[in-house]
Amino acid sequence: MNTFRYITRRIISTVPMLVLVGLITFLLIHITPGDPAAVVAGENASLQAIEEARHRLGLDQPFLIQFWHWLWAVLHGDLGTSFTSGKPVTELIFDRLPITLSLTAGATLIGLLIAVPLGVFAATKRGSWLDRITIFGTSLGIAAPEFFIGLLLVLVVALEWGWLPATGYVPFAEDPVEWLARLTLPSVTLGLGVAAELARQVRGSMIDVLSRDYIQTARAKGLSTLSIIVKHGLKNAAIPVVTVLGLQVRRLLGGTVIVEQIFAMNGVGSLAVRAVFLRDLPVLLGVALTTAVVVLLVNLLVDMSYGYFDPKVRSA
Amino acid sequence: MSAAIFPAPGTAAPAVPLPPPSSFFKRFCRNRTAMISAIILLLIVLTAIFAPYLAPHDPARSSLRNILKPPSAMYLLGSDDLGRDVLSRLIFASRLSLVASVQAVAIALALGLPLGLISGYAGGWADTVIMRCNDALMSFPALILAVVIVGLLGPSLTNAMTAIGLVYAPRIMRVVRGSTLSVREEVYIRAARALGCGDARIIAYHVLPNVTGPLVVQATVLMGQALLAEAGLSFLGLGTQPPQASWGAMLGTAFPYMAQSPVPTIASGLVISVTVLCFNLIGDGIRDSVGRMRRSGD
Repeated sequence: MNTFRYITRRIISTVPMLVLVGLITFLLIHITPGDPAAVVAGENASLQAIEEARHRLGLDQPFLIQFWHWLWAVLHGDLGTSFTSGKPVTELIFDRLPITLSLTAGATLIGLLIAVPLGVFAATKRGSWLDRITIFGTSLGIAAPEFFIGLLLVLVVALEWGWLPATGYVPFAEDPVEWLARLTLPSVTLGLGVAAELARQVRGSMIDVLSRDYIQTARAKGLSTLSIIVKHGLKNAAIPVVTVLGLQVRRLLGGTVIVEQIFAMNGVGSLAVRAVFLRDLPVLLGVALTTAVVVLLVNLLVDMSYGYFDPKVRSA
Repeated sequence: MSAAIFPAPGTAAPAVPLPPPSSFFKRFCRNRTAMISAIILLLIVLTAIFAPYLAPHDPARSSLRNILKPPSAMYLLGSDDLGRDVLSRLIFASRLSLVASVQAVAIALALGLPLGLISGYAGGWADTVIMRCNDALMSFPALILAVVIVGLLGPSLTNAMTAIGLVYAPRIMRVVRGSTLSVREEVYIRAARALGCGDARIIAYHVLPNVTGPLVVQATVLMGQALLAEAGLSFLGLGTQPPQASWGAMLGTAFPYMAQSPVPTIASGLVISVTVLCFNLIGDGIRDSVGRMRRSGD
């Protein structure tokens, strides 16, 4: 019951945030120089045609009413129509979202697979050469731009060794093996940055947790090292790690913009970049809103996971 | 093995801690990593300033007979797709990359500092409104928001840096607000108020100097982040526009020819990584040096 109330409260508290994110997106339209009505009316349109377009788009109404109409439409899955392709923005984004989300999930997985063992080892063997390499490597990984890592991987793994295909994306339903092969390099590219940030956090919180009294108690009880690290160490060290992981998902979604470009993947990021050159504003705002909503949902998941890792949070 | 993993309580810290050096500068100098980073960064800045004297060739002169040449005595880092000297271009591009980062951080400071001070000092509904907007703004992935803002304003370096400044302003705001909140409760603020100081004077003379430590740390780290973001946007063609070049733009133009001539790609990527690493490590160094001052002052 308690858990249920905790989850409901978290979900409800996300709603005002979603509205605010919507408001910011909507404000972005208004700070844009240029007249959307003139764009829709087309080149060399008469003044009257522009006014008609303005009226048709509802741009002659008060700001809050416009926002309300827009929000209502968005809630019904209508993000407007692309200026250039004439397709609904929702359709354009949802066609590409699986690519971007696969990439984000793959990068998160790779980040975790590298960061957790590395961070735990570094924490348990403080001052050892492995610890030093971890610290140095994570500093480098945080500083190196993901596109640089990506380019090096393409250069060495794809072009030099020819182990993996360099570019493109194949849907999972079409060919799972090819899907994995195409996704590996871009996921590693993005995942290395995540691994660097996470490994630092895992190391830091493990060091903190391992110095606690209950770890001493667990040892005194005669528990094995592995059991202490997994059951007592990792679970207690998880909260700051999950927080950082949540923040990393936001960074990853940003990073996909560049990585999709390098690996010629037709995801949401490439959609946004193309929209910039075509001045396709509805698509741009749709991408901004969609990614922000994904981030908010991830934050919600992170908050809920606190309740799992630390039962005290639920009653707080 | 287990003995090394679980040190007995109390053995982690040395029995007699070394007395911390007296001034921030001395503490910073003792931090070897930060000092090396500062020296490397200084060299990069000097390179940018004295670019015309250091560059072996004219960065804009193209030689169609020398397209995509590998490194040689003539072109130390090879030549690009238009036969221009990559090293000279990197040297000149450092100007644009560094100035662009300063621009972005300046915009972030101009927006984030006052809002953070107001939010932290005033509290109440002003704080709630500012913080909620801040949280909402931070829900957008930084690079995507920057891409969208550039899309709305049109691709150019100035617009790109404005976008990055806007995107990073909430981070400055958070740090300033957090420090202001803790400073606000200090005795000297109450003393200043008892003496009859107005809010503006208290903020300017008593709060501001005491939030500079964390602010400088955050601004330093953001310099690196802004450099990365500029590189990213320019790589996508949304930042620096040709014929100008920043490191990110060079990486972007070298990338399609990477199979034939990998050196320009690797060189520009390395320069970006090293500079960002320097900013991050200097930021860490400043944080550690300021932190100790705090603790010893308690």
